[in-house]
Amino acid sequence: MTKYIDDTVVMKRMQSRLRKNKIWKMIFFLATSFALLTLVVLIVRIICQGAGYINWDFFNNFGSRFPEKAGVKAALIGSICMMLVVAPTSIILGVATAIYLEEYAKNNRFNDFIRTNISNLAGVPSIVFGLLGLTIFVRMFGLGKSILAAGLTMSLLILPVIIVAAQEAIRAVPKEQREASYGMGATKWQTITRVVLPSAIPGILTGSILALSRAIGETAPLVVIGIPVIIHFLPTGLLSEFTALPMQIYDWAKRPQEAFQYVAAAGIIVLMIVLVLMNSIAVLIRNKFQKRY
Amino acid sequence: MVQTMINNELKPLRVVEKQFKVNENFQTNSKASVFYANNFNLWYGEHHALKDIQFNVQENEVTAIIGPSGCGKSTFIKALNRMVELVPSVKINGEILYRGRNIFAADYAVEELRTKVGMVFQKPNPFPKSIYDNVAYGPRIHGIKNKKILDEIVERSLRGAAIWDEVKDRLHHNAYGLSGGQQQRICIARCLAIEPDVILMDEPTSALDPISTLKVEDLIQDLKKNYSIIIVTHNMQQAARISDKTVFFLNGEVVEFDITDRIFSTPRDQRTEDYISGRFG
Ligand SMILES: Nc1ncnc2c1ncn2[C@@H]1O[C@H](COP(=O)(O)OP(=O)(O)OP(=O)(O)O)[C@@H](O)[C@H]1O
Ligand SMILES: [Mg+2]
Repeated sequence: MTKYIDDTVVMKRMQSRLRKNKIWKMIFFLATSFALLTLVVLIVRIICQGAGYINWDFFNNFGSRFPEKAGVKAALIGSICMMLVVAPTSIILGVATAIYLEEYAKNNRFNDFIRTNISNLAGVPSIVFGLLGLTIFVRMFGLGKSILAAGLTMSLLILPVIIVAAQEAIRAVPKEQREASYGMGATKWQTITRVVLPSAIPGILTGSILALSRAIGETAPLVVIGIPVIIHFLPTGLLSEFTALPMQIYDWAKRPQEAFQYVAAAGIIVLMIVLVLMNSIAVLIRNKFQKRY
Repeated sequence: MVQTMINNELKPLRVVEKQFKVNENFQTNSKASVFYANNFNLWYGEHHALKDIQFNVQENEVTAIIGPSGCGKSTFIKALNRMVELVPSVKINGEILYRGRNIFAADYAVEELRTKVGMVFQKPNPFPKSIYDNVAYGPRIHGIKNKKILDEIVERSLRGAAIWDEVKDRLHHNAYGLSGGQQQRICIARCLAIEPDVILMDEPTSALDPISTLKVEDLIQDLKKNYSIIIVTHNMQQAARISDKTVFFLNGEVVEFDITDRIFSTPRDQRTEDYISGRFG
């Protein structure tokens, strides 16, 4: 038998192969560091600017013309209320759609068309969703610049992301487990609720929380809907006017007084704390489910 | 699924010439017929995977299906509990009678069939739940909620699958923590828990070590008293050891069907002889 792999040649090439391997490792490491460095610079800058303004008064004051009196109370509560609309609406609709598309829909042209377009929707600029919300919810349904109108608009915005994440999580449930369930005479619904969803929930939640984080930070749709910035009362119901954190930050940041830049930074810190909290909740829920399953 | 039904009605049953050799005498004993495949054909899209399958499976026997890779063994066994319907491109023709009823008839609910005809898969596929929840899965989906009854079913099924002693102290641990052989016996227990009439097994020991294999084989011998078993295997010795009847598939056709001893001692078809003596496949 002829030997094609010559040991001496292999040994000679080994050095250059190992070197190449090292170089690529360095390149990938640098790419990662670049992103990380940017993030660190950003965070450090914001904390340096804003930390001085974070105190109890900042949380307990409404907006104000005077930087030292300005606070995030209305915006923080407003954002939380909006998320209370967004979370259930988008998760229920998103998961239901994903279940339909993955488990029930037949593979025909129409459903392929829907699948492709949902992915496309995820890439539509948020300002377009703002216009949609303005036309449908604010004007047509007459909901005004309310929490409900903004919440529904945000739900539409993140719905495609949740659907795609949930579809992927559902698809990742091994075929063998569905077969085991069907093989014992379970109906499709029983298989979905007892086998598919329990395995898919960690993935669905991770995707949903990421989408919700996006909703809480989005500004453009709120601007289009016309959400006010200065509000001196707390929302009383789903239909009351409100303001949200990103709107408030945007307003502060564009004011001429330099001190307001620091207030804006403080607002960003609050927003980031909310995001970190949401992500920790996602991790907690995920770990809980992974322990059980 | 709808396609399947319609196709089934299209072709009137025709009496085919027997292309395969069945010893007509050996089925005359009094045991009832469980499954009867009558001119059964199956296509995956254009691919004709099962051709005019015709044979009879009897009660309280172990029927082994042997044949080279890709000859349609899994397809056939999955047709018996209509699992093939999960593949969208599948079309069928002809009928399979389960205790006299055509399982592909429009009014036969597939859920009903599958509670009578349980299946154990090639790769152990427990749910990522506790051992108890795995075995209780079947009874629960059929509406049993009473904890006492569930406890009893779980214990009886685990004993039936010869694994009770190994797991009785950790019923509430995750089934993924068990060895492959133990997982497979959990799957058998899970199947017994729905109190089936027939158990289908698709190469149940191919992922197991020799000792676990022996345990499962002993178990099959035991189960035969109460259940009818149809088992696909690549292992000739296994077929010879545990089965009463053996059917040899080749390219989607039944080549020979006979009492196991006869298949392995005096096969009547040259192709069967070639296969069991390892000359091809
Ligand atoms: N889902 C499917 N779609 C299309 N063709 C399929 C599908 N499943 C099986 N087939 C084809 O049908 C034929 C029979 O397959 P089957 O799985 O029944 O073989 P088998 O006898 O079980 O083989 P093995 O011993 O390797 O498990 C093969 O030619 C296979 O390629
Ligand atoms: Mg197979």
